[in-house]
Amino acid sequence: MTEWLERHIPKMVLAPSFAAVLVFVYGFIAWTAWVSLTRSRLLPKYEIEGLIQYERLFNAPRWDTAMSNLFVFGTLFILISMFLGLMLAILLDQKIRTEGVLRTIYLYPMALSLIVTGTAWKWIMNPGLGLEAMVRGWGFDSFTFDWVINPDKAIYAVVIAGVWQASGFVMALFLAGLRGVDGEIIKAAQVDGIPTWRIYTAIIIPSMAPIFLSAFIVLAHLAIKSFDLVIALTGGGPGYATDLPATFMYTMAFSRGDIGQAASSAMVMMGVVFAIIVPYLYSELRAKHD
Amino acid sequence: MKNTAFAAVSAVALACAAPAAAGPQAEVLHWWTSGGEAKSAAVLQQEFADNGGIWTDMPVAGGGGDAAMTALRARVLSGNAPTAVQLKGPAIQEWYEEGVLADISSVAEAEGWADVLPGSIAGHMKCEGKWCAAPVNVHRVDWIWANAALLEANGIEMPQTWEEFNAAADKLMAAGITPLAHGGQAWQDATVFEAVALGILGPEYFRKAFVELNMDTLKSDKMAAVFDQMRKMRGYVDANFPGRDWNLATSMVMNGEAAFQIMGDWAKGEFLAAGKEPGKDFLCASVPGDGFLYNVDSFAMFEVDGEDKQAGQDLLAKLIVGPKFQEVFNLNKGSIPARVDVKLDAFDTCAHLSAKDMGDSADNGSLLPSYAHGMALRGAQAGAITDVVTAHFNSDMSSAEAVQMLADAVANSL
Repeated sequence: MTEWLERHIPKMVLAPSFAAVLVFVYGFIAWTAWVSLTRSRLLPKYEIEGLIQYERLFNAPRWDTAMSNLFVFGTLFILISMFLGLMLAILLDQKIRTEGVLRTIYLYPMALSLIVTGTAWKWIMNPGLGLEAMVRGWGFDSFTFDWVINPDKAIYAVVIAGVWQASGFVMALFLAGLRGVDGEIIKAAQVDGIPTWRIYTAIIIPSMAPIFLSAFIVLAHLAIKSFDLVIALTGGGPGYATDLPATFMYTMAFSRGDIGQAASSAMVMMGVVFAIIVPYLYSELRAKHD
Repeated sequence: MKNTAFAAVSAVALACAAPAAAGPQAEVLHWWTSGGEAKSAAVLQQEFADNGGIWTDMPVAGGGGDAAMTALRARVLSGNAPTAVQLKGPAIQEWYEEGVLADISSVAEAEGWADVLPGSIAGHMKCEGKWCAAPVNVHRVDWIWANAALLEANGIEMPQTWEEFNAAADKLMAAGITPLAHGGQAWQDATVFEAVALGILGPEYFRKAFVELNMDTLKSDKMAAVFDQMRKMRGYVDANFPGRDWNLATSMVMNGEAAFQIMGDWAKGEFLAAGKEPGKDFLCASVPGDGFLYNVDSFAMFEVDGEDKQAGQDLLAKLIVGPKFQEVFNLNKGSIPARVDVKLDAFDTCAHLSAKDMGDSADNGSLLPSYAHGMALRGAQAGAITDVVTAHFNSDMSSAEAVQMLADAVANSL
């Protein structure tokens, strides 16, 4: 009896959460896929109509804007956050005295909700209230920083706020990675008279490859599901210049009563996530087989 | 054991509830949660209670009704719809098509709604000829508000045509005053757009374009002229307009930072709350051109089981359209009564103008639903138009491009 229990208790304990995930994640993915093939408007309908919602989606200029914004925002957000995070981590790793304090300061933005970040940066970047008004108040009348109200630049304003939020977290990841590098190798390199920057580019950074991958995955999914930051910072505006797929989906589903269109955009978003996650899973699984 | 306890509790509850269940009951889903609106809703609640009804309040704030609609969807899908729901415009018929609205024709006929409501507004309250909703008020959308002192100081009259408006705006620009207070949010862009469209297209073509979605009208040169005027309007707003809330734009007019604002009559509430007097501190007029764009709040009645709930529904419908509630509610809300036989002695001059214009435009067929406020079109179509309007307003798109995009967007949304 006890032997039987020992063998089966793990399965029994896992079963409820397994069932819940099956229904609430995969079940609802299947439901959304189904609805995306129908002409659902206000309430879901279940007669399959083919790919009409996808045709409408790809004909909508607003969706194009949302996807290209995701590309611009995602790329810049990931690259800049990783670069800044790495630089901060390397600088903090110089055995400086107040490291604990500095680390906490840089990590704190991550503790804020994106709504707070968005609202604060909205005020900071508002030309009439924030930075521009302040610098002009100092007498530099030609100073202009109006990205947040400029339809062509507003998405970069979102990048600034996103990077501010996430780079401290990336720094923490990299700092842990730096601490994990074998000190013996570094000492050996120093004995050989190799300059510090070469030690970093040729030894330390390549040995942190898994950390880069983790940071990339975390940042990529933050970028794709970005919603609250845009809502708080620009509300998707000016016009719909800073719309992202997530805000597009929300508008269709909850403001416009166009559930079919929302479902099709959600499926495309999931496709984007898969395009990033699947190669990662594949490489993980292959590494295990080796 | 648990079951017995539950049964006992239920029995007691039922016994207690039995006498009360005889009275009319209503569960009312609405999103009147901010100051003045909540006060207005409380008026209805009180009157309902005075008539022996039991009111279950279900206020859902957020997103201009989006959150309430999400709640409604969940309730309807679970087969447990509220008695009455704040709904408006074609959304009423959209829900009717889902087969969940109730027929309140008996109340409407007994109360003679057909005689006291303007025809085009009554049309929104009917589903395939049967009454299924009760109107609460009429907001006029095509208002232009102005700072009286600024106009006087610059020798400007309230504009009667868009040419006059442009001339006035140029004069104000030269004097260093922002001509138009505006908030760059999609729905505000749409509000200005439909006011301009009504003036330039005229009532007949406005109806063709934004009610019937006639492709020829949407692609016409007149529509290009509307976008030309919108490009001019873009030049009349200050640089810092994106994202601004409408009430902040209203206070710009109040404080003399800007001369005009185009906004529905909820803006009047802001002026009045700041202690400004209509005609003296601020001026109200319809935007240049003929016609009247209305935004009518209403309650749709959902199919419910049980006599007490149906009685509650009938009582609620009767009270909502009743003259007493229409007067008290609209005094609080800044709009005018939907029924035309309410005495307007207690209302201000702007409301008098609104009521007079509503009567006149109802007679000559220019009483039109506002597209920007969800009265003329269903969500997907109205949203598609707003996307084009706000994209044009916030970029340097040409009018020809905008017209083409408008036609494409509307076709794609159907």
